[in-house]
Amino acid sequence: MSFQNIQAQFEAEFENIQKNLNGKSGSDFNKMRNHSFAQFKKLGIPTVKHEDWKYSNLKNLDKIQFSFNSDSNFSKKDLEALPFSSLEGISICFVNGVFNEELSTLGNVPKIKVLTLETAVEQIPEVIEKHYGKYVETEKEGLSALNNALSNTGSVIVIDKNYVLESPIIIRYISDVKSEDIAVNLHNLIVVGEHSEVKIVEIFQTEGQKTSFSNLVTEIFVDKEAIAHYYKIQDENDQSYHVGTTQVNQEDKSYFYSATITLNGGFVRNNLNLVLNGQYIDNHMYGLYIPNGKQHVDNHTLVDHKMPNCESNELYKGVLMDSSNGVFNGKIFVREDAQKTNAYQNCRNVITSDSATMNSKPQLEIWADDVKCSHGTTTGKLNDEAIFYMQSRGIPKPEAIRLQLVAFAEDVVSQIKIEELREMLDTMIENKLK
Amino acid sequence: MLKISNLQARVESKEILRGINLDIKPGEIHAIMGPNGSGKSTLASVLAGREDYEVTGGTVEFNGKDLLELAPEERAAEGIFLAFQYPVEIPGVTTINFLKTAINQIRKYHEKEPLDAAQFLKLMKEKAKSVKIDDQLLRRSLNEGFSGGEKKRNEIFQMAMLEPSLGILDETDSGLDIDALKIVADGVNQLRSADRSFIVVTHYQRLLDYIVPDFVHVLYKGRIVKSGTKELALELEEKGYDWIKSEADALEASMV
Ligand SMILES: Nc1ncnc2c1ncn2[C@@H]1O[C@H](COP(=O)(O)OP(=O)(O)OP(=O)(O)O)[C@@H](O)[C@H]1O
Ligand SMILES: [Mg+2]
Repeated sequence: MSFQNIQAQFEAEFENIQKNLNGKSGSDFNKMRNHSFAQFKKLGIPTVKHEDWKYSNLKNLDKIQFSFNSDSNFSKKDLEALPFSSLEGISICFVNGVFNEELSTLGNVPKIKVLTLETAVEQIPEVIEKHYGKYVETEKEGLSALNNALSNTGSVIVIDKNYVLESPIIIRYISDVKSEDIAVNLHNLIVVGEHSEVKIVEIFQTEGQKTSFSNLVTEIFVDKEAIAHYYKIQDENDQSYHVGTTQVNQEDKSYFYSATITLNGGFVRNNLNLVLNGQYIDNHMYGLYIPNGKQHVDNHTLVDHKMPNCESNELYKGVLMDSSNGVFNGKIFVREDAQKTNAYQNCRNVITSDSATMNSKPQLEIWADDVKCSHGTTTGKLNDEAIFYMQSRGIPKPEAIRLQLVAFAEDVVSQIKIEELREMLDTMIENKLK
Repeated sequence: MLKISNLQARVESKEILRGINLDIKPGEIHAIMGPNGSGKSTLASVLAGREDYEVTGGTVEFNGKDLLELAPEERAAEGIFLAFQYPVEIPGVTTINFLKTAINQIRKYHEKEPLDAAQFLKLMKEKAKSVKIDDQLLRRSLNEGFSGGEKKRNEIFQMAMLEPSLGILDETDSGLDIDALKIVADGVNQLRSADRSFIVVTHYQRLLDYIVPDFVHVLYKGRIVKSGTKELALELEEKGYDWIKSEADALEASMV
């Protein structure tokens, strides 16, 4: 398998960025970029020979000619026509990888900073210095290395100590592919200060029918006793490729609650990696994917228990329709020092068609002895008895199926702490499961 | 109301119903008894439209319509209700939500406007009271974690809500304590009317003290081998099924 064409495009883009650095080519930042790009060239784009990419084949990427940071006339009105646009909160919006001020509401809340990477480098260099690129694995992951090398923007969100922000912070990503195939590399950093609480919502949407390739990294640092809610909502077109890595570092007594909800997307690969770098940490990871047509959704999660007395809980659910594919790979590491760890993982799937497939694989590696761990994965069809029972009460079969699928999905949606978002999701899920 | 003629059905290659004849007029209650495995639940399921059973012969006419032509949900909309011997658990769907959907789908079938939330709640409160079912139970996932008795009572509650013209109760009395049995019987008796009929499948004469049937039939090896009035149930209680079995087996042998 070869990725010659696409590799060449990335190389050209890298050179292009290097040419336009205006004398900043010697900065530490740029050194890191160069290092990462060398790393990318070594690792390349993962093929199905790579154990972690066995079921997710990127080969068709090579057939496409992408344009980078492509111009767009995507307007406020266009945004308003998209789902989730009425969701209220502080928001920062990127269109084709470029920050769009008009579509953003950065807000003016003291103790909260919502900046673009360029501004953050100017205004809070110490935060960038300390956290940016420090958590994500770029030595082994080709696409993360590529992201590091090519991303020249992204959002930087910093919540000071001791602050509870009620309204969510929304990061919107619009791929405007009305006229061209586009590639986007964005890198975000979220720092939640000690004893603070925040809700982050990432929303991915497409305008148009051409192809987008989004290669994203979001690093989240959750400091001591902080609480971070993180919702990733994906509603992209059937031509889209999305490879997104969310890398979370949790400190003592912190909480991280996430829900990754894939409504639509052609090829979706979500990596959610949690490193528990302290004691008495708690986290919950929920996921829901409802692919139809030929959509492909792959969720890889990793929880690395490094220290004692932590708990992780994971529930991913999928409804696979038509000829769609689902992949779930959940790694849990419990290191030698991580005594008294509780780690639970569950992946449940319903397949509604004979041509849909699901590959799920739990992967527990436990080096400590005093731990409670469990995992389970199920994939099955809806219960015929239940469908007949509903029919016998006057509910037509398609409606009976839909009701059960919606109920199945609700376990995940109900975990979301933003009521408005929950309602929007319910409507979209109900419509899709029709 | 319901006319079953020479109904035959099988599952996979096994013949289970082997020529059932039964005529039910409006307002009548028919009890069906018979040994385990004789085909009682199969008959009930075939009437409700379960697809696992293949009807291989005979006809069923319901209020002038060919029942066997209708999908299960259409049968329900036409007024057939089956209280299941083993009610199914449906995680995540509350009884309330379930019934609201059911009622409005049936209304849609009859080209009626859906009930709004207030109308529905009023109806539900009224019916819940009539079968003494706890509101809390109705807010839980349908039948999930319900006790055996609660499941059965929930079936009667659903029947009260849907007001069918033919209620088929498949062993709704088994597993009920004596108080619950009375509540279930009361529920049925309240629904009794000149144009509503019931088929009551039971193993116990006890239920028939409360729901007094017009006719009692014995099903054995997929046929109705004896019919009578409520006295037949008393006789069965006393003598068991052996005498009926040997009569029926002898008759079948003589016909071969
Ligand atoms: N899906 C099925 N597959 C195979 N056999 C079946 C199936 N359903 C019913 N049967 C068989 O058909 C026969 C009749 O079953 P049915 O449940 O109708 O009996 P019943 O009279 O209701 O018995 P009980 O009094 O025990 O409830 C039994 O022998 C049963 O095993
Ligand atoms: Mg039975």
